[in-house]
Amino acid sequence: MNSQITLPNSNRRRWLIHSSGLTAAALIGLTRKSLAADGKIRIGMTPAFLHDQHGLLGEWRDFMATSLRRPVEFVQRDSYRETMDLLRLEKLEFAWVCDYPYLHLKDTVRLMAVPLYQGKPHYRSYLIVHKDTANVTSMANLEGSVFAYADPYSNTGYLAPRYEIRQLGRDPASFFRKTFFTWSHRKVVEAVASGLARGGAVDSYIWETLAHVEPSLVKRTRVVSRSPEYGFPPFVSHRSVSRADFQQMQSHLLGTSGSDKGRSLLARLYLDGFTTGSPSLYDGVAQMMRAFGEA
Amino acid sequence: MRWLFNLSFRHKIPLWTSFLISFSILVVGAALMAKAYEDMKRAVVISADNLGHTLANTVAPTLLHDDVWRAFEIVRSPIRAESARTPVQVDAVVVFGRDHRVFVSSHPEALPMLSEPASLGPDWLLLASRLANPIGNTSPLVLEPENSSYLYLALPITDKDAHLGHLVLRYAKSVFHPWFIDTIWQGLGLGLLVLTVLIPINWYWGSRMATPLVDLAQRMGMMMERPPEPLPPDLYPYQDELGQLFQAYDRMVLALRDKAALETEVVRSERLAAIGQLTAGIAHEINNPLAGLITAVDTLKLRRDLDPKALRHLDLIDRGLMQIRDTVAALLVQTRVQARPLSQHDLDDVHTLIQPQVAKRRVRLDWSAAMPPELPAPASLVRQILINLLLNAVQAAAEGGTVSLWLGRKEDSETCLSIIVRNDGSQLGEDQLAHLFEPFASSRPGGHGLGLWVTYQIVTQLDGRISARNLDDQVEFVVNLPLGDAPCNTASA
Repeated sequence: MNSQITLPNSNRRRWLIHSSGLTAAALIGLTRKSLAADGKIRIGMTPAFLHDQHGLLGEWRDFMATSLRRPVEFVQRDSYRETMDLLRLEKLEFAWVCDYPYLHLKDTVRLMAVPLYQGKPHYRSYLIVHKDTANVTSMANLEGSVFAYADPYSNTGYLAPRYEIRQLGRDPASFFRKTFFTWSHRKVVEAVASGLARGGAVDSYIWETLAHVEPSLVKRTRVVSRSPEYGFPPFVSHRSVSRADFQQMQSHLLGTSGSDKGRSLLARLYLDGFTTGSPSLYDGVAQMMRAFGEA
Repeated sequence: MRWLFNLSFRHKIPLWTSFLISFSILVVGAALMAKAYEDMKRAVVISADNLGHTLANTVAPTLLHDDVWRAFEIVRSPIRAESARTPVQVDAVVVFGRDHRVFVSSHPEALPMLSEPASLGPDWLLLASRLANPIGNTSPLVLEPENSSYLYLALPITDKDAHLGHLVLRYAKSVFHPWFIDTIWQGLGLGLLVLTVLIPINWYWGSRMATPLVDLAQRMGMMMERPPEPLPPDLYPYQDELGQLFQAYDRMVLALRDKAALETEVVRSERLAAIGQLTAGIAHEINNPLAGLITAVDTLKLRRDLDPKALRHLDLIDRGLMQIRDTVAALLVQTRVQARPLSQHDLDDVHTLIQPQVAKRRVRLDWSAAMPPELPAPASLVRQILINLLLNAVQAAAEGGTVSLWLGRKEDSETCLSIIVRNDGSQLGEDQLAHLFEPFASSRPGGHGLGLWVTYQIVTQLDGRISARNLDDQVEFVVNLPLGDAPCNTASA
């Protein structure tokens, strides 16, 4: 499922990002073509958050369009892979992606802003089971059971639990009796709550947000273990986006918490604001990827 | 059980018909219920077949791609909340893979993924064996295991010609029940409605028929004890067999009454005739020696040598013998006398003769005698009858009361003389009526009890009839005498 993505000149680009920072990357970006033909900004929305809250999304889009004084389109896809493909095909200018795809795409995209969750640009992977499942205190207890992953390009919903199994000295491919993807974190919670899967790995931000939005669903699950902190799913821009557009978008996101409307939207997203962030935030993810030979 | 058949018709007819009505409603209702249940099951199977085909087609790609979550979302889609359940609401959907294990189910907690059918219960094991060894070419397979509360419908999942597994729909029969119970309640309600209309009609009709029958049975049961009463005329005014029975009963009652009256009359006549014969015989036996005795006493009295004391005794004996002669003469009614026709003068004489008694008792006398100057009836005997009856009436009437006489031809007969005497004295008792015309039967102080006896003897010897009865506040004596040879028709007297 998780095909290895290799891009040309990846080493050079990574060096550029790492050595020259955002400014240098932005300068390179200036040389590229910018935006869709009609000036519309296209933003890819992924299951990195509760992307099925359509009313909220509509308001956010309008807020963004008013602030940027440009038409904004949210492009929603049900899997990270589709959004990644759209980014590669330059069908999107910006996207809110998981940290794992970000690292996969780091030659194609630039880190623009990182949401602040509970004051920090961090989140975790939760290992959850059904609330009635007794005698499960760690991943080791779930051997031989049915397990639900979120998405093959999800860190907290795929990479992190597999890494944990690997840490146990076991092969993630044979550790479970059967695994399947639900293609969203929310549905991992549903799969575990309904008993379809005995365990599942889920984004801590999504699990806790769901606890507010849909408490009856979340109450049927129980968190068994929490992973170390990882960098929060970032907003990225395609490298082809002009510096001006990049900066406008970045400053809009960073200024969201500065307006009442923005704060109200953030509150409903259960976020505190945005920070510029740094690629080093995602070193932990990169380390796990290296463990699987992916980076 | 016999007591049931011994019940009165008053209860038996309504009970029996009520039972028949209820039984019919029950049987028809049960038949309709059974039909409704079968229809419902057929509806479930048709609906399940449609749903099953749709799901099988939709779920096929997920089996091909091993996409458990998509398959789960598909099999979950037809499941509704408990509250939204209808009889055709699927209870659970299970997809079995080619390995005959559960690929996915709508209820993973009860029917977990990768389970063998054997681990899910006997129903599933039976289902799996039936799917593995299909009998004939039946698709979909409809299975209703014994002792199970579920109905199963299974159909294969195929893609092109490849067999991918089976889709099984499970329906809870318990969901049928509330719906079915609703139907039963509706049927029951309708049945009760029909019953509430039919039962009262039936009870009315039954008692309408039974009440006269019961009445008739009671009257016939009492027949030996006292004369039966006729039925009320409006009891059953119809001409069916029951009506004919009641009419026949009424005719029989009338005939019995006539017969009883006739028998009483015959008995009384025979008794009076026997008494008459007896008294006449005794009178003759007394008369012969009496005449000798009277002659002897007369002869003795003519002798001059009798002392006054003996003469006084002779007078005593003479008066006693005379009294015996008078009494015997009264008993020995003699009608073979000179027959002079009755004239108006005779009536005037009678009127005059009774005036002293009438005046003495201050009785009002209504005299109504309508007759031609002469009637072919023996005058002296009619006079005696009139005097006897009138004096009797004057004595019986209350002080200052009324006595009436009506004399004339009986209305429908030229050959019948009718005499009706009424008084307003006290009514005659049952016992008095029975022995009224017997000698010495008087209940009146001072009466010798021979007046009516003599009257009866005269009337009888003239082939007439005499009768007495109580009217509302009067006592009536009626005498009918034939004028000539033809007898009086006394049936309506």
